[in-house]
Amino acid sequence: MSPRLEDEVPDRLYMVTGGRSSVTDDAFDLVTLIVSEGDPTPGMQSEHARILRLCRSPMAVVEIAAELRLPVSVVCILLCDLLDTGRITARNPRPAPAETRLPDPDMLKQVLVGLQNL
Amino acid sequence: MPLRSSATTGLKIVIVGGFGVGKTTMVKSVSEIRPLSTEETMTRAGIGVDDAQGVEAKSTTTVAFDFGRISLNDELVLYLFGAPGQERFWFLWDRLFSGTLGAVVLVDTRRLADSWYAIDRLEHHGTPFVVAHNQFGEPTHTLDQIRDALDLSGDVPLVACDARRRESSKAVLITLVNHLHALSSARQVTS
Repeated sequence: MSPRLEDEVPDRLYMVTGGRSSVTDDAFDLVTLIVSEGDPTPGMQSEHARILRLCRSPMAVVEIAAELRLPVSVVCILLCDLLDTGRITARNPRPAPAETRLPDPDMLKQVLVGLQNL
Repeated sequence: MPLRSSATTGLKIVIVGGFGVGKTTMVKSVSEIRPLSTEETMTRAGIGVDDAQGVEAKSTTTVAFDFGRISLNDELVLYLFGAPGQERFWFLWDRLFSGTLGAVVLVDTRRLADSWYAIDRLEHHGTPFVVAHNQFGEPTHTLDQIRDALDLSGDVPLVACDARRRESSKAVLITLVNHLHALSSARQVTS
C-alpha cells in the first residue's frame, strides 16, 4: 500500500509549489499533453526535473500527477512554471465548438474507428 | 508504455457510477495501461462560519479517481475516467466534465438510486451520456424496467454489459460514440 496523499505532511505540498495554491489561468486540462523541450538542468527543483524526464514522450497532465503522486492542482502549478520558461509545450485538447459543445462528426468517426480496431 | 510522439490530442470519456458498481473494472478491461489513480484536493472556504474571528475556516476534501488510456490512432488518445457519482463529489465533476466527449453511467440494479444524482447532473451540464447496466450472472431486471426506474428519456441509449469483458466494455464505448455522432450530425444539419 502506498501512502495516501492526505496522510502526507501538508508542508510538502506547500514547499513543492512555493506556497502557491492555484494558477490564475486555466492553461491545462486533465488530458492536455505535455512535451519537454529539453533536459533538466543542474540545480532545478526536483519535481520540475522529473516532469521534464517524464515528458520526453507526450504525457497527459493527469498521468504526470499519478506518476509524481501529487494532486492535479499542484502539478498544474509546476507545469505553469515550466511553460512560462519555455521548457515544455502543451498540446491542448481540441476544443468543442462553442455553440454546440459537441465534437465534430469527423473527429467522432475517427474515435469510432479507433475503438473498433481495439 | 509511453505515448507516440505524434500524439496531439487528448480526449476524455467519463464513467460515472456509485461505489462498487464496476467503474475501475470497465476502465481496466479496455485500457492499454494498468489503470492509474490520482487525487485531487479542493480547499473550500467554510460556509456559515462566523468570520468575525478573522480566520476563515477551510475544509480540504480529497477525492481519488482512476483512469486508463486508449491510443486511438497516431494523433488521438482517449482517456477514460472512473468518477465517483455521489453528490458530495460534485466539485470534481466540473473539472472532469469540461470538454469531455460524453459519459457512461454505469448502473447496478441493487443500487439504482445511486445513479439518479449522476443522471441529473449530466442532464444539467448538457453532457451527452449512455447508461450501461453492469450485469453479473443472471439478469434480474429487464432494460425496460431499468429505464422506467431511472425515468430515462427514450433517446438515451441503455445497454447491458459485463464490465469485466473487454469486448463488452468496448461495445459500451462504441454505443456512446455512435450516440454522440448521431447528436453531432443532427446538430450540423439543423444549424
